[in-house]
Amino acid sequence: MAEITQTIVDARGWLKLQTRWSPYEIAFWVATLLPFFFLPTYLSLASQIAITALFAISVDLVLGYAGIVTLGHAMFFGLGAYASGLISAKLGWNEPISGLIFGGLVAGAVGFIVSFMIVRVQHLALLMITLGLGFLTYELANALSSITGGTDGLQGVDISPIFGTFNFDLWGYTAYAYSLIVLFIGFLISRRIVNSSFGLALRGVRENVKRMPAIGSDYRFHLQKIYTISAVMAGVAGALLTQTTETVSLDTLSFNRSADVVVMLILGGTGRLYGAILGAIIFMIARDQLSGLNPQYWYFWIGILLMVVVLTMPKGILGGLSRLIGRRDE
Amino acid sequence: MFARMTLAALGLGLAMSTSVLAQETVKIGVIAPFSGPFADAGAQLIAGVNLYIAKNGGEVAGKRIEIIQKDSGGAAPDVAKRLAQELVVRDQVDILAGFALTPEALGAADVATEAKKLMVVMNAATSIVTEKSPYIVRTSVTIPQVNYVFGKWAFEKGGAKAAYTLVADYGPGLDAEKSFAKGFTEAGGQIVGADKTPVQNPDFSAFVQRVKDANPESVYIFIPGGAQPAAIGKALAERGLTPPATKLFGQGELTHPEALESMGDTANGIITTFHYTLERDDPINNEFVKAYQDANGGRSPDLFSVGAYDGMHLIYETLKKANGDTTGDGLVEAAKGMAWDSPRGPMSIDPETRDVVQTVYIREVKKVGDKLQNVIIDQIPDVKDPNHGAAK
Amino acid sequence: MISQFAIVLFDGFAFGMLLFVLSVGLSVTLGLMNFINLAHGAFGMLGGYIAVVVMRRLGLPFLVALPAAFLGAALVSIVFERTLFRRLYKAGELNQVLFTIGLVFVAAASAAYVFGTGLQVIQMPSFLRGSVEIGGMRFGTYRIFLIVVALIVTALLYFGLERTRLGAQIRASVDNQRVAQGLGLDVERIFAITFALGSGLAGLGGALAIEIVGLDPSFGFHYLVYVLIVVAVGGLGSITGSFVGAALLGISDVAGKYFVPEIGSFLIYLVLIAILFVRPHGLFGKR
Repeated sequence: MAEITQTIVDARGWLKLQTRWSPYEIAFWVATLLPFFFLPTYLSLASQIAITALFAISVDLVLGYAGIVTLGHAMFFGLGAYASGLISAKLGWNEPISGLIFGGLVAGAVGFIVSFMIVRVQHLALLMITLGLGFLTYELANALSSITGGTDGLQGVDISPIFGTFNFDLWGYTAYAYSLIVLFIGFLISRRIVNSSFGLALRGVRENVKRMPAIGSDYRFHLQKIYTISAVMAGVAGALLTQTTETVSLDTLSFNRSADVVVMLILGGTGRLYGAILGAIIFMIARDQLSGLNPQYWYFWIGILLMVVVLTMPKGILGGLSRLIGRRDE
Repeated sequence: MFARMTLAALGLGLAMSTSVLAQETVKIGVIAPFSGPFADAGAQLIAGVNLYIAKNGGEVAGKRIEIIQKDSGGAAPDVAKRLAQELVVRDQVDILAGFALTPEALGAADVATEAKKLMVVMNAATSIVTEKSPYIVRTSVTIPQVNYVFGKWAFEKGGAKAAYTLVADYGPGLDAEKSFAKGFTEAGGQIVGADKTPVQNPDFSAFVQRVKDANPESVYIFIPGGAQPAAIGKALAERGLTPPATKLFGQGELTHPEALESMGDTANGIITTFHYTLERDDPINNEFVKAYQDANGGRSPDLFSVGAYDGMHLIYETLKKANGDTTGDGLVEAAKGMAWDSPRGPMSIDPETRDVVQTVYIREVKKVGDKLQNVIIDQIPDVKDPNHGAAK
Repeated sequence: MISQFAIVLFDGFAFGMLLFVLSVGLSVTLGLMNFINLAHGAFGMLGGYIAVVVMRRLGLPFLVALPAAFLGAALVSIVFERTLFRRLYKAGELNQVLFTIGLVFVAAASAAYVFGTGLQVIQMPSFLRGSVEIGGMRFGTYRIFLIVVALIVTALLYFGLERTRLGAQIRASVDNQRVAQGLGLDVERIFAITFALGSGLAGLGGALAIEIVGLDPSFGFHYLVYVLIVVAVGGLGSITGSFVGAALLGISDVAGKYFVPEIGSFLIYLVLIAILFVRPHGLFGKR
């Protein structure tokens, strides 16, 4: 069903078109407020979904847009988590917003250093190096268990109420509001990035890295930039988890976390930002509901879900949905 | 007239049925790993819970018992905390239970305190767990509890003057090393070497070779259960580091039934410390083991099973004592000082620390008939966790 | 000192040989078909459970269980390849990853359901137990057996690839698939046979692994990482690469833990990163 539309030659005009808010988007973000009113017993889960969605967006930036397949991104998530946890537990700094920023910056700094290595390798080597770095960070945190608390987790994390008034309550109202706002800000920033000339350059790198220097694009610099930004975002997500649960342990750095987020991203659809969010929502809700129904074998059904999605929706769930509503793919 | 009687009968029937439906339930949320690397622990734990209910009926103090299972997936305190929150807020449980791993217990502790619910820890074995919340009662064991006295015993009665320690590099392993070494050196022994193995360690040859190089009189080992005990046992045997030439000490997981079967005769003579011995010949235990095997396709109970079984016993007895009152404060008060005979032996709950006080058994692997078993060679009664209240 | 070093080398090499048998299949199929099969470890687990069933339920000896594991895993893989995997050859890497991870979940849950979550134990025949004394040093008999089996597998693979027609066809397809097809080779059939062979070897590896590292439903996940490391370090599509990579990893892991146990758990990842940074295609990679 080919439609001939007017070709938009102006790049800036095209970008402007992309940044228009579609009604589906607005409906989605309004819907994220529903749990407060209709599902108050699910707020803790909603909070953790928001955090995971933010983490998934950070991975989408490098995997979906820049083409860097990473199996070790939990490294930055965990670094942010531990950084904000440690300043509370060891240094007594309990203010949440600054703790969040600190977590992001620590993760970003490490991300910047690592990015020098990342841009010099590709394909399987890149994948395995990110994997190796993830494991190294995990082992390092375990070796330093006198500081990090090791597998038992860091004790003594105590976060003060946000702005002095919003306490982290048992039901999770504050936690979800906090996580949702940070997710939204992260989303807006990512949206801005991918719909800019920088974002277009990244997609160019993803499609054909060899051609980029030919059109005068310094691709290494672009990749380092996005990798560092992604690390900051992952670190913020990790710090969020520490603050909303007042605990942090080695599983924030685990391979499972890195692998899970990649699975969620592919499930939802890469390179679309909303795919990351949707993938996180669907995977985590499926896991929660299935493990409630069948605590011992729920992952059987998750496996079936994954297999079915791949066979029926090759562009991820979001790709499948957008085909359904007749939208053209990017 | 007939219609009126029918209506009346229907009405009476309806009233009766609703009152039956209105029988109160005590909801117990069980948080444990049912998937992932610790799935076996969760499986054994819930089997212990179910066995107790099957044996003692699903009703206590006029109320029905309902178990709600939640999978923590492994060592994830954030997940455990969320599950505990959901159990309290969404399912409105009266009691939190389970907790195979320390991180899970520590994660959920705050929820128990804030919601004022009794939290029965059925396995997690680190000392600080019971200190994390005044609503926590533990029915399992702590690692320092069984290893501190073992260190003393190894020197005084085990005939070892020097020991090399080899433990897995994670919370329980480090705890075990510290408490064994403390007991051993306080009694007069000497630690001649200390190595740590990675938690996921498939191959022990390097570490066992290091031990062999040092040629110590005895070796103390702590590694996670599952596949590793058999692996290290075989590695030690390959290098000739077996009793009586070298004394081997460890905690009970080292000589669990599958490990013994895999190691074969080379396991003879290994001395372990534990609170629960499968082969202990005692009427309560024999009945427990038989019932467990019948209900679980021949699988034998282990520490997770008995910790859960006793945890349920505690819940039932505290409910009876508190006359069905399910408030956390009431149940915790009822639990303090409670004592009973468990399949493991006599045990009680320390009123000050809410932790378990029990007999520590020293066992040696010996051939009984044609099977290798852990034979109890000594026991130390009324052992408390040595760390509570003590300066660390 | 020398004897200790020799024993450490020997043990590390034996562990490496186990990794080799587990990984060589993935290296060849990844290099040949470009199909990312993360369920490779699950075929290893399948082989392990077949061996357990053969020995415990059917009462047959270990040396019968090994070929049974190989054949069982190979046959099951053919079924999967014909029905499911071949639809994904053109589906892109990410989709292959997602699909095969889903398959591992399903396999692990099925194993837990059928066999339970506990550890599986099998009894080794007496001639494989204990140790042998050579030159004043004790060598574990089972480890010697592992090395022998791995060497036999290597020899058979080499012979198969170099001397048989099928081997020549496989080599041609790995080197340049399009040209091979152009020359009239039935590449699909070659894929299927190679895949079956690779998965069968994984199954054999799984059966061999029970005695050394144990078997439970999480085997597929656990050893996936080790297998990926061997394949990446050795290079895709190369048997020599898998052999050297596995040996290197086994030895450096054991040697690291022996000489500097504090970094014992790190070393394998440092080696991985260092080698891949210097040689991104692995030691013997084709592309």
